[in-house]
Amino acid sequence: MTAAEATAHIRERFGVEAAVGDGAVQAPVSRERWQELGRFAKGELGCLFFSWLTAVDWKEQGLEVLCRVENLDAGLAVLMRTKLGAGVSRCPSLTGLWRGADWMERECYDMFGVVFEGHPDLRRILLAEDWEGHPLRKDYAHDMPHAPYR
Amino acid sequence: MEVKPPVPQIPPPVWSDFKDLQEWEKYHQARATDDKTSEALASIADAIHHMPGGWIVTTSTEKIFNWARKSSIWPVAFGLACCAIEMMATFASRFDVERFGVVSWASPRHSDLMIVSGTVTIKMAPMLKRIYDQMPDPKWVISMGSCANSGGPFRHGYHVVKGVDRVVPVDVYVPGCPPTPDSLMYGLLKLQEQVARFQKTGTRPSPADRG
Repeated sequence: MTAAEATAHIRERFGVEAAVGDGAVQAPVSRERWQELGRFAKGELGCLFFSWLTAVDWKEQGLEVLCRVENLDAGLAVLMRTKLGAGVSRCPSLTGLWRGADWMERECYDMFGVVFEGHPDLRRILLAEDWEGHPLRKDYAHDMPHAPYR
Repeated sequence: MEVKPPVPQIPPPVWSDFKDLQEWEKYHQARATDDKTSEALASIADAIHHMPGGWIVTTSTEKIFNWARKSSIWPVAFGLACCAIEMMATFASRFDVERFGVVSWASPRHSDLMIVSGTVTIKMAPMLKRIYDQMPDPKWVISMGSCANSGGPFRHGYHVVKGVDRVVPVDVYVPGCPPTPDSLMYGLLKLQEQVARFQKTGTRPSPADRG
């Protein structure tokens, strides 16, 4: 399956503006269809390889979760992305589809505070257990003596 | 008994001061049999007394213990980041700090020195403090590299201790990112100078004493 075909499939199925860009099929969906897109990418598009998952803090617009999965045989990459909305930090988990999502979602929770619903073991993975706050959020620690560069 | 001050430091003559090669050889042969005080002995002696048939050296226990301490500083093998690579190079044969009695040792309980070689994260700081507490007194700390000195390029990060002197007391700061083995060796020699003036009262040398 080529990237163009995959783009057409995603458009047809989800009715979103999927497009090829940055070396992957960009698939922005709503939070409710996040797991459905994951199942589609794994089952229909054959994306068995879970590359990475992270988030972006768009300040007033809220958090956006990004995830790249790949079909290594076809050379196809799908960049799944969903905007959670302002003030929302809950997102469905992909651990049921890809085991590799486990630690990536824990790291995303650690750094951005995204609570992945359905994750079997959502704890901090890198920072200490008693750490306060989520350091990669834009509103983290403005009053520190050495504020982070932004 | 005649008491004499330590052996005066006479600058050795250079070859152009000699008339010919025979005189040069004669001087060195004479000196080799005459000069019985090595530089190390002269550096720790309070006085050297000439006795019939020999010499007596008097000194203080503090001086001779400090001489022993500074001649066998064992740093605990504790590498944190890329500075540890330079530290390993310093310990290896090319630079060979075993000349100064510095032997990297894999246990804090036998060590005198901790070289903080790299970035200290907030999560690592309690472990670093624990290793420092496990070392027996007297103990010293070298802060190696920009990260350990001040946080370095990660000073504005959320996760880095902004200078290891916020966790343990530091005796010598070695700048560099990372410092070359030469820099670390210079820091070790500076530390030896401090250790030579170490006093058991618990006071550390004042900045004026550091030389």
